[in-house]
Amino acid sequence: MTSTSSLEGGFTDAPVEAAQSFRKIMNVMARPGIIEELCVAVPPAPLSTAAGSLLLTLCDAQTPIYLAGKFDNAAIKQWITFHCNSPFSDAENSMFALGAWEDLQPLHDFPIGTPEYPDRSATLIVEMENLVSSGAELSGPGIKDTHQLSLPDVTAFQKNAMLFPLGLDFYFTSGEKIAALPRTTKVTSNWEKV
Amino acid sequence: MYVAVKGGERAIDAAHDWLSEERRGDRRLPALSLDQIIEQLSLTVARVMAEGSLYDQELAALAIKQSRGDLIEAIFLMRAYRTTLPRFGYSNPIDTGKMSCIRRISATFKDAPGGQILGPTFDYTHRLLDFKLAAEGDDKISDDEYDTLKVHHEVHEQSKDIPHITEFLNKDGLIQTEVESDTTPDDLTREPLELPASRALRLQALTRGDEGFVLGLAYSTQRGYARNHAFVGELRIGYCDVEMDIPELGFSIDIGEIQITECETVNQFKGSKKEPPQFTRGYGLVFGQSERKAISMALVDRAMRWKELGEDFVGAPAQDEEFVLYHCDNIQATGFLEHIKLPHYVDFQSELELIRKIRKEALAHQEAAKSEDNQPLEAAE
Amino acid sequence: MSEYNFAYLDEQTKRMIRRAILKGLAIPGYQVPFASREMPMPYGWGTGGVQVSAACLMPEDVLKVIDQGADDTTNAVSIRKFFEKTANVETTAATSEATLIQTRHRIPEEDLTEDQILVYQVPIPEPLRFLEPRETETRKMHALEEYGLMYVKLYEDISQHGQIATSYSYPLKIEGRYVMDPSPIPKFDNPKMEMSAIQLFGAGREQRIYAVPPYTKAVSLDFEDYPFEAMKAEGCCALCGADHTYLDEVIIDDDGGRMFVCSDTDYCESRRAAGHVGAQGTPQNQEAAAS
Repeated sequence: MTSTSSLEGGFTDAPVEAAQSFRKIMNVMARPGIIEELCVAVPPAPLSTAAGSLLLTLCDAQTPIYLAGKFDNAAIKQWITFHCNSPFSDAENSMFALGAWEDLQPLHDFPIGTPEYPDRSATLIVEMENLVSSGAELSGPGIKDTHQLSLPDVTAFQKNAMLFPLGLDFYFTSGEKIAALPRTTKVTSNWEKV
Repeated sequence: MYVAVKGGERAIDAAHDWLSEERRGDRRLPALSLDQIIEQLSLTVARVMAEGSLYDQELAALAIKQSRGDLIEAIFLMRAYRTTLPRFGYSNPIDTGKMSCIRRISATFKDAPGGQILGPTFDYTHRLLDFKLAAEGDDKISDDEYDTLKVHHEVHEQSKDIPHITEFLNKDGLIQTEVESDTTPDDLTREPLELPASRALRLQALTRGDEGFVLGLAYSTQRGYARNHAFVGELRIGYCDVEMDIPELGFSIDIGEIQITECETVNQFKGSKKEPPQFTRGYGLVFGQSERKAISMALVDRAMRWKELGEDFVGAPAQDEEFVLYHCDNIQATGFLEHIKLPHYVDFQSELELIRKIRKEALAHQEAAKSEDNQPLEAAE
Repeated sequence: MSEYNFAYLDEQTKRMIRRAILKGLAIPGYQVPFASREMPMPYGWGTGGVQVSAACLMPEDVLKVIDQGADDTTNAVSIRKFFEKTANVETTAATSEATLIQTRHRIPEEDLTEDQILVYQVPIPEPLRFLEPRETETRKMHALEEYGLMYVKLYEDISQHGQIATSYSYPLKIEGRYVMDPSPIPKFDNPKMEMSAIQLFGAGREQRIYAVPPYTKAVSLDFEDYPFEAMKAEGCCALCGADHTYLDEVIIDDDGGRMFVCSDTDYCESRRAAGHVGAQGTPQNQEAAAS
């Protein structure tokens, strides 16, 4: 189901729904690789329910958003403007970015923070066809032993982790599913292990 | 047998009941009304509005009443209420040149266009207790009598559009020019403080800073800790209109009037590597009638401008923006100071254990040294 | 409760805090600046923790608040009441029943689980603050990973006292990068910081939020020849007999007589309910019968 008007598909009880969504978002960020379901928002296509819910939960007038590829369309912009009131920006000035993996390239356009303020870095929301708990192997903070996640790339995330404590943080969304990969996670492809 | 202390909740409730009884005092006497506080303790109301960063006389009066006259407590009540208010937008900058002045003086010129207006000041009063006030009965008047006595309103009308004194100096190029800017200043209450801070941010911090703290710092500059030779170029107190742009209407409307105190100091300056010899400025602006605070603020503002004017940092507290900005807020200061009343027995216990351990080892060490000293020399060899 | 928004803070403030928490989790141990709001309780009394909790709480949460390990200390009572009123959440004293625990100065004795969040109230978030009072300087030190000053201080302790003379707020290095202040918990609690729960730290007056994700390396600073040592009072809890818990010393008479009891009151009570009896305790069923 997709909403027909930009006025629809937001939170119906914002304080409670935002809190419930945030807890899932926090859980995936604190435990990289685990998958949660986020299904409050009903955004216009092709924006996924999970990505739409994340925007409603975290974005507002203080967070410039960069929309990439097919997500840079009028319906999505109207919906974000109405519900979040976020300004739109280019990659260099964005706090959040949204798009398919290919359309978000090159990653070096996004702010990675400064040595004194590494938090001033972009958060990328990568819309995926599928999101499952298999594929690349993840380890690091938040992960007891290892997790697996169907990441769209491996070397890009390895390079990103090398920048620590600077770097980008990622969410992956597909339908109602959401997972995350902060800059601290070490990523190895399965063939690398063999 | 020891039973862990229980009943924190009941103790808190009982303490609060007691507090409310004490706040009201002897109930044979009439309770203070908010109007009485606003009208008769107006300078107190002004301070609570200024340091509470919220212009609302009635709320300030309520805060003063609720806090039993503890002004920092009252300021805290205002601040805590202020943060819950939704922000609909920002007003246009007020124009203090259009102020309806009730007081306007300059120490740098004997007279100037607009004249010297003393207004309701304590200056030149002899500080003798006026026992008539203690004995005074009710001097209340009727509404009709009040209407015939609106003298001070007429004074307002006469005193509009008085030019700023410093502008006269500016015309001759004798005082440093402030560059006009339409940039929206940062907001201390919406963004975490980051250093170095802009002047706008420093002034925000000072205007809501503790009057006593800002006064003490200003005084220290007068006594030589980064002395900046300040003259009161102009001090004005009065009323300014507050306007706000309404996008739906396409023009701005008056949303009210506030009383403010503005102080511009003219400071001697012999010039630096960056700037020619000229006068420089300090600025103070405070809600309500608060001239002590406005002057203090201008002195401290000037002291913190050393970098911009190419002066030396002489290590004076008033020059040190990190020191000033992190310590001028009395709500932060009092909260942290008073938090040491909270139980700390867990940390204290860990300190106890550490001291015992270090002492035990130190004593054992001393004992060992002593017995070594007592041994015959041959054995020691 | 209609005068205030759910969990007191307005939604815009909560979003700002939530974004800071997420960046904190992405950069473990790094202090994220945030525009702390004035709360209806004084700075220094848990406003940072309260703002973090308010940004996290959902109606279905079960909240526990402790101060010095106890649920019944006055400030814990006050904060618990605040959330009962503004967020209408269920509260508990039982560590295992809580989904979110706000704490001042202790980590509960019972291991926390993956389904729990521990929120610390932090007075001074900067571990280097008492070595260098300027924020502009300490921020540079963190940026350059320049922690020499801290090691010098610890080393001077050893040369003067024969050991590191820090007994609480004992600094840790998180995931090999940032040196972090764990808030004034006794150093006895430091080893527990590598846990399954999410740990969030809020410093209101100082406008900082930081975080330690689950299973993150949290190493107390030490030297090879002077390894870190968790410390507690010698002895057992007089009520439940535990010899592995952090103990408070209680003065019981005018002659300075004293006894030791668990600082974690819930842990102590659940042990006594399970039949453990200390030297000066009475079995719980007897106590119940007596009252």
